[in-house]
Amino acid sequence: MIPPPVVSLGPLLPIIIVCATGMLVLLLDLLPARGSKAYLATVSLGGLVVALMSALFRWGGGEARAFRDMIILDNYALFFHIVICYAAALIVLLSMDYLERQGAESAEYYALLLFSTSGMMLLSAANDLIIVFLGIELMSLSLYVLAGLFKWRPQASEASMKYFLLGVFASAFLLYGIALLYGATGSTNFGRMTSAVAGKPADTLFLLGLGFVMVGLGFKISAVPFHMWAPDVYEGAPTSVTALIATASKAAVFAALIRLVIADLRPVQPDWTNALWVLAVLSMTVGNVVALAQTNLKRMLAYSSIAHVGYMLVGLVTGGAQGAAAVLFYLLAYMFTTVGTFGVITLCERSTGEAVDVGDYAGLGRRHPMLALALTLFLLSLVGIPPLAGFVGKFYLFGAAVKSGYVWLAVIAVLNSAIAAYYYLRVIIYMYMREPEGEVASYVPSFAGSLALVISLAGILLLGLQPSPFVDLAQSAVAPLLR
Amino acid sequence: MRGLLTAVTFLPTLGAIALMLVPRTAARAIRLGAFGISLATFLISLPLYFAFDTDSADYQFEEFAPWLPSLGASYHVGVDGISVLLVLLTTFLTPIALASAWTAIHDRTKEFVITMLVLETGMVGVFVSLDLFLFYVFWEAMLIPMYFLIGVWGGTNRIYAAVKFVLYTMVGSVLMLVAILAIYYQHGGATGTFTFDVPTLARWVMPPGTGQTLMFLAFALAFAIKVPLFPFHTWLPDAHVEAPTAGSIILAGVLLKMGTYGYLRFCLPLFPDAALAFGPLVFALALIGIIYGAWVSMVQPDLKKLVAYSSVSHLGFVMLGIFTLNIQGLVGGLIQMINHGLSTGALFLMVGMIYERRHTRLIADFGGLWKVIPAFSALFLVVTLSSLGLPGLNGFVGEFLILLGVFRVNRWLAALAALGVIFAAVYLLWMYQRVIFGEIRHPENERLHDLTPREWAVTIPLVIFIVFIGVYPAAFTARTEATIEALIAQVQSKAGVATLPASRAERAPARSNPETAGRAVTVARP
Repeated sequence: MIPPPVVSLGPLLPIIIVCATGMLVLLLDLLPARGSKAYLATVSLGGLVVALMSALFRWGGGEARAFRDMIILDNYALFFHIVICYAAALIVLLSMDYLERQGAESAEYYALLLFSTSGMMLLSAANDLIIVFLGIELMSLSLYVLAGLFKWRPQASEASMKYFLLGVFASAFLLYGIALLYGATGSTNFGRMTSAVAGKPADTLFLLGLGFVMVGLGFKISAVPFHMWAPDVYEGAPTSVTALIATASKAAVFAALIRLVIADLRPVQPDWTNALWVLAVLSMTVGNVVALAQTNLKRMLAYSSIAHVGYMLVGLVTGGAQGAAAVLFYLLAYMFTTVGTFGVITLCERSTGEAVDVGDYAGLGRRHPMLALALTLFLLSLVGIPPLAGFVGKFYLFGAAVKSGYVWLAVIAVLNSAIAAYYYLRVIIYMYMREPEGEVASYVPSFAGSLALVISLAGILLLGLQPSPFVDLAQSAVAPLLR
Repeated sequence: MRGLLTAVTFLPTLGAIALMLVPRTAARAIRLGAFGISLATFLISLPLYFAFDTDSADYQFEEFAPWLPSLGASYHVGVDGISVLLVLLTTFLTPIALASAWTAIHDRTKEFVITMLVLETGMVGVFVSLDLFLFYVFWEAMLIPMYFLIGVWGGTNRIYAAVKFVLYTMVGSVLMLVAILAIYYQHGGATGTFTFDVPTLARWVMPPGTGQTLMFLAFALAFAIKVPLFPFHTWLPDAHVEAPTAGSIILAGVLLKMGTYGYLRFCLPLFPDAALAFGPLVFALALIGIIYGAWVSMVQPDLKKLVAYSSVSHLGFVMLGIFTLNIQGLVGGLIQMINHGLSTGALFLMVGMIYERRHTRLIADFGGLWKVIPAFSALFLVVTLSSLGLPGLNGFVGEFLILLGVFRVNRWLAALAALGVIFAAVYLLWMYQRVIFGEIRHPENERLHDLTPREWAVTIPLVIFIVFIGVYPAAFTARTEATIEALIAQVQSKAGVATLPASRAERAPARSNPETAGRAVTVARP
């Protein structure tokens, strides 16, 4: 007889809080209309902050497992819970006035955002491929809808449709890969899969399955050559959703990827390292080179985010505690920087809609010096100019690569960052060195949005000037992976 | 004098932050405030000169604080004979550059002075950093204010020049970043101590081989672009022509010196074998730069371009001096760095003055100025003569010492390099003749006004030092010799060329003992 399952929900607490807040938002929306829906944003923010706090309290409290090892809550998962909740909270702040201006304020938006967030958190706590799949679907299905939120815009429908079709295609790859891995090892649990393959010569079925899983995950982080959806989705989705896709969703998939490849698949390391090497170089180079030709800021940031994924894959290639910790730190730095960059875009508009063309920012330095200064700092952090967060992130990543002997990979990566300087600086050129022609972006004052920008700015300065405590945090987060 | 270097480094940035709070309509207050801050920085940097122990080859005014302990990066600053004069040059030129822009910059004055002050922090930081991580932070951070100076306040083609400047420099410096990481892990792997501390790394003898060669090349490329060494110089004329006068003064006066400083501080002591092996190549490139820079200067119709190409030529001399690896050549190279900063800074300053009056820099638009503005013409003569190396003025001292050093290495090389001095006389005197002498050919030039009190005040300090170094160079060379001797001994002993007199060799191990000297502050000698 099968023993009754022992359900311990404790390890799921942060995820449950976020999920329950999402349902609460839906319920509250059923109440008689009270005019503004701004309070829904406040409720969402509250839920995310509580989840963040619960994750912080749990920090260092050792490891907890649930559902027969399928879910594992350790410092590593908590680190990602914190990053994801932080990013989601900043994005809720950015969304408040932005959605109202775009005429798209709705309970569904916040509910879907929270469900998506809980999916991401689930991914970071996954210790089983089934949970990985569950998390990815929960995250993605919500994002497909969010991407098409501005349904009156043709680009939005295109984005949503494209994201959905390619996304389910990738999910199919992932599922097929999971099936093959199950066939090869007899389990979908990370730990049991590892012990099944450890010490044996690589099995074709296993490698094939692993390859399919990589394709599925590679799609979600938009690594080249699985990146085709990214520019269109980034362009068509509401800017706040773009920020969520670019930061939190990537962080979550990286969480699963790192746990899978660095922690659990160490015994078969060389087999996937070469593949990741190629993915890293392709992502960096294609992302940066194509970004050079973009004039739409959101498309440019899409390609730049592909390049940043390439940098993070460098850390994955490197492997080991240092490579993993470097990726974690980079994700944190990238989260603040990218949310800030998209945040500035949400605060600018033209009479015809969002200000997304680089020409819209001409002369911004003269009209709104503080906003231009903020965008400049975010872009310089993306370039990797010290003393900002992006520089320290790159320093750790490439340092890990050099340490493990991947010197040429590091050389390719740094040359790529020099290429990247060109297109980031072009935005700065427009802001400070060109005079506006025609209609330009105007700043929309928003307390919540400005608060999100200030927090992000403080983040990139703190991570750049005093990175030590955060590096320690990243290191203690990866410690449980590599015992 | 603990904290002195930190104060000199960060006072300008603190001032810039304070100026951010001043409303932009108060342009005069902003200008005065920025000038006052930079002048105060210069004044508090003076003890570096007066309290500097000339007999010591050690780092002085050292400060040490852990920064990233898990990584081995620290806030470690200090000066020795190589850097002390460059720090002073920076703090000296910044107020002059700010004052030169008093009437030239009208647009966005507040942003301009803030950029200049942040730039000063970056420049001083580069020269005082004794930690590779810290050095790289300043080195890269400094790019951005210079980019804004050229791109926002520059001439018509400013955006092209600014982007070219940044991209050239970035490509060089990112490769240096990989080399920094490589030396960090190689040193750590060999000794067990993972550190970016420059004195510690410099004491370690890196095994010769491909690794060392590649690291040397990565560092050397970054610095060669900055110097600029032929054929990496093409960004320089563009940047100089487009930059505003204040930017040109800083660019020529200080930024180019960072390249030559990098060779002295990092390439020679860290990679001695590779540096010796590549010496002939550097000689060849430097010589080409000297001759080529001079020839191209001769045919320039634009005054700023002429001075820019003359910099390529003059910096070629500095590179020759550094790679002679003898005391005359190195001291000459170092003093020539200072001289070039003063002379070329002054040349750009004075070209800027006539540009402000006539809004042209074409030599053909001038002529006969000595009748109209005699005081300007007289000072311009002194500056021109200093740049071409007239005995009695500063330029002669540096070039003479360098040629002496080169002569000891290779007579033919010295003979060829001396041609550069002759060509310098040709293009500079010819330029002076066409601009100042002759008849007034353009009626616009008849009513120019002579130097204003402000212009006198910014030019005279430069002229004083031009003459002072020319007649009494020991006041400056004395501060460099001990360090230079120790450096030569260190390079030769590490590269296995131990053929030194005992007295010099003894000094080498004394060069900054990490645990003792590393954290202690040298007691100032009156």
